[in-house]
Amino acid sequence: MANFIDRRLNPKGKSLANRQRFIRRARAEIKEAVQKSLKDRTVSDFAKNQKISIPTKSTKEPRFRLDPAAGGEHDRVLPGNKDFVEGDQIKKPRQGDGQGRGKDASTGGEFDDDFSFTLSQDEILDIFFEDLELPNLIKTALKEIKVYSWRRAGMTTSGSPNQINLVRTMRNSFGRRLAMRRPKEEEIEAMRQRVTELRCGATPDADKRQLIAELEEEIARLEHRRKWVPFLDPVDVRFNAFVQEPVPTSQAVMFCLMDVSGSMGEREKDLAKRFFMLLHLFLRRRYERLDIVFIRHTHDAQEVDEHTFFYSRQSGGTIVSTALEEMKKIVAERYATGEWNIYAAQASDGYTQTGDASRCVDLLNQDLMPMCQYYAYIEILDEREMEVFSSEESGAELWRAYRTVAKQWKNFATKRIAKPQDIFPVFRELFAKENAEASA
Amino acid sequence: MSELLFDGAEWDFALLQRVFSAIEDIALNDLKLDTYPNQIEIIASEQMLDAYSAHGMPLMYHHWSFGKIFAREETMYQKGWQALAYEIVINSNPCIAYLMEENTLTMQSLVMAHACFGHNHFFKNNYLFRQWTNAEAILDYLAFSKKYVAACEEKYGTEQVELILDSAHALMEQGVFRYRRPPRPSRAQREERLRKRRQYEEESFNDIWRTLPGAARDMSADLASVDEDEIVGLHAQMNLPEENLIYFLEKHSPVLKNWQREILRIVRNVAQYFYPQMQTKVMNEGCATFVHHYIMNALYDRGQIGAGSMLEFMHSHSSVVMQPGFDDSRYYGINPYALGFAMMSDIKRVSEAPTPEDRDWFPEFAGKGDWRDVLKHAWANYRDESFIQQFLSPKVMRDLKLFAVRDNAEDPVYTVAAIHNDAGYRKLRTSLARLYDLSSHQPDIQVVGANLAGDRTLTLRHNRHRGIPLAQANKDAVLKHIRRLWGYSVELEEPEN
Repeated sequence: MANFIDRRLNPKGKSLANRQRFIRRARAEIKEAVQKSLKDRTVSDFAKNQKISIPTKSTKEPRFRLDPAAGGEHDRVLPGNKDFVEGDQIKKPRQGDGQGRGKDASTGGEFDDDFSFTLSQDEILDIFFEDLELPNLIKTALKEIKVYSWRRAGMTTSGSPNQINLVRTMRNSFGRRLAMRRPKEEEIEAMRQRVTELRCGATPDADKRQLIAELEEEIARLEHRRKWVPFLDPVDVRFNAFVQEPVPTSQAVMFCLMDVSGSMGEREKDLAKRFFMLLHLFLRRRYERLDIVFIRHTHDAQEVDEHTFFYSRQSGGTIVSTALEEMKKIVAERYATGEWNIYAAQASDGYTQTGDASRCVDLLNQDLMPMCQYYAYIEILDEREMEVFSSEESGAELWRAYRTVAKQWKNFATKRIAKPQDIFPVFRELFAKENAEASA
Repeated sequence: MSELLFDGAEWDFALLQRVFSAIEDIALNDLKLDTYPNQIEIIASEQMLDAYSAHGMPLMYHHWSFGKIFAREETMYQKGWQALAYEIVINSNPCIAYLMEENTLTMQSLVMAHACFGHNHFFKNNYLFRQWTNAEAILDYLAFSKKYVAACEEKYGTEQVELILDSAHALMEQGVFRYRRPPRPSRAQREERLRKRRQYEEESFNDIWRTLPGAARDMSADLASVDEDEIVGLHAQMNLPEENLIYFLEKHSPVLKNWQREILRIVRNVAQYFYPQMQTKVMNEGCATFVHHYIMNALYDRGQIGAGSMLEFMHSHSSVVMQPGFDDSRYYGINPYALGFAMMSDIKRVSEAPTPEDRDWFPEFAGKGDWRDVLKHAWANYRDESFIQQFLSPKVMRDLKLFAVRDNAEDPVYTVAAIHNDAGYRKLRTSLARLYDLSSHQPDIQVVGANLAGDRTLTLRHNRHRGIPLAQANKDAVLKHIRRLWGYSVELEEPEN
């Protein structure tokens, strides 16, 4: 008879530890491959499983092998002869064309070419975001604590039945039974046996009757004692205890400001959205307890939810300062300075109403920058503009104005994006760890 | 005629049990197989991938190379480039067989006959497995090794353990014993032998030899060659030459710590455990394929499976034993299932209905009708090389249209050395048998010297088989691994024959 076992419900991912070791081993190559493969991808693609190929350098497993092509002779036996007869000669193929099939290829598990496999979305994001972080995150507000975690706290004598600690309970019960001399079941059973034996024989004489009476009395006493000292007493029971413990967290909020005005063409909006999607992924992945505020503006700014921000369309004139005003208002209402780490990322094509740029600068210098940990400004250009404004100094009105802010504040960064391929490198530059140290 | 065991493709455990009993009946009472008890585990595809990546074993220590195999297999499977195996079977007692949950009931029947009786019988009876592997202990040993490696990782760091495992894995093919050694004499026996030798010298001592002319010169020569003697003595102590490189390093490396030696030992034991399987691919698969073919046909004859199942079985069986010709795009070497099954079916045919040619070639069993015994004898006492040398019949060579090609590296052409005709049968058979001799395509590398009295250089020698040199590509990388394990410089000599 066979023993059938259903293993389908066993935990999966037995090879996870091996996979992690493999990824760590090929870290450098995988990272390079991920960066390369991300260049031509849209952000929504980016969060999918994908196949990557890495060179086999660091994951090579060398073995001693023979090289029959380099010398000596050997025989091969092949099936499917059609018209060869003994002594026939067959020209050897030149090196490199189709050699190595058949017997010689039986080496198995050797990959001389690139090694390709699939990385999961989590693994890709981990690798991509590996050395990025929000700069200057300080644990400013420890007082507003909302997160608790459960921690073990020994044993208690009361609790819910599912928390009974069996080992501890049974140990107590055993100790109590020993101390109180609880009669054992076997002992009583043995006596009963004895009585039955005595009764079984011929008519018992006086001695025997006496013995039986004594035994029965003893049995009754023991039975009584057994009832008196129970197997399990409420005093034995112990429960696992847990207490809630506050976990200190720092509070942070990210403001995403996006220009959706008419001057932003489809292409520019798309680039800006991609940038914010990446930012969104990054924040959600690395900072669980982070608030994100989405603000979009034309000639008028409004706070919107995530979906509207990324997917809805709107058009109109351009007044950038309205967005900054809106941010200022929201900070004042909900994120009192001192308790929150405040971050902002702004994307725009650099055009705003004449004169508005100086107003933006004032707002930033006086109100926003003093309370911000970090402010990133991304200007979306088209490729022709990118050529015209090749130097950092030249640019549209807003750009020139923001350069003055950047000179004054170390934690104000400006970058330009002209094509989708720029997004990933710019993003990495903005949030690289070194950046954080330099501006700290 | 008995009634059908099942009807349809869906299976459940009660049905599996019923089918298993029917198969067991045929295997034990008709074929008279002798097997370990069976443990059948139903697994899902991801678990099959898990099993793939760790040599098919249910337990294995952690190493990145297993993760690499997993990543590759997973991609191949998900992209649909490669289907998964129907089963994996482990040489252990009880014999563990993994069955894929996706298999239809017909496939489960085939797989149970194939793995739980074919492979199982082979594992239990073949001499190589009996000599070299311990089916009782393997799972416990793997559990121990997994725990041990994990403990080392915790204590000495994953990187340190990985270095040793990498190096040991590079030598896995050179980390097996190919021949049984005489049992090591115990210390007491060794001392007794030395005492006897001294006694003999004392008894046969005759001072007169000293007075012979030339004796004085010998004495001075003795002084000069003291070093030489010492080295010979050391080499004898280390049992050189030694073909098992991992064993040698484990025992004699001057730099390894005890935990590192233990890890080498683990890798060596795993390699040794799989060595019999590498030498019996054709026989093992042939045995299992022959057994499932026989059992499925017997079930059909008894009326226990229907014509539909039989057709499904035949479709699957014929794709398993398909042998594409050398010029076919699907050709990838000789299919061990095809060759093994063809040879074993032919033994049955020769035994039952021989032609005059068969009587000529196999006088011992042609026409005797006892094919069960002949096969069981072969399964127990041969490995691929000797089995082909002994049992490959002209008919099988003709059916497969085998031909041998000689490849001399200096020639610009291949020469057809033998084909499937009267003049060629024996030559062809020998050539094919040689191909299954692992020593002909695995490099024969031995430790020949370890200069422990001097700079501790380790000398390895590659003995060329028919003049074939080592490939240059990975040679230095492997030597680097050996250097890491030995701690001092390592030389590899490769004399031309």
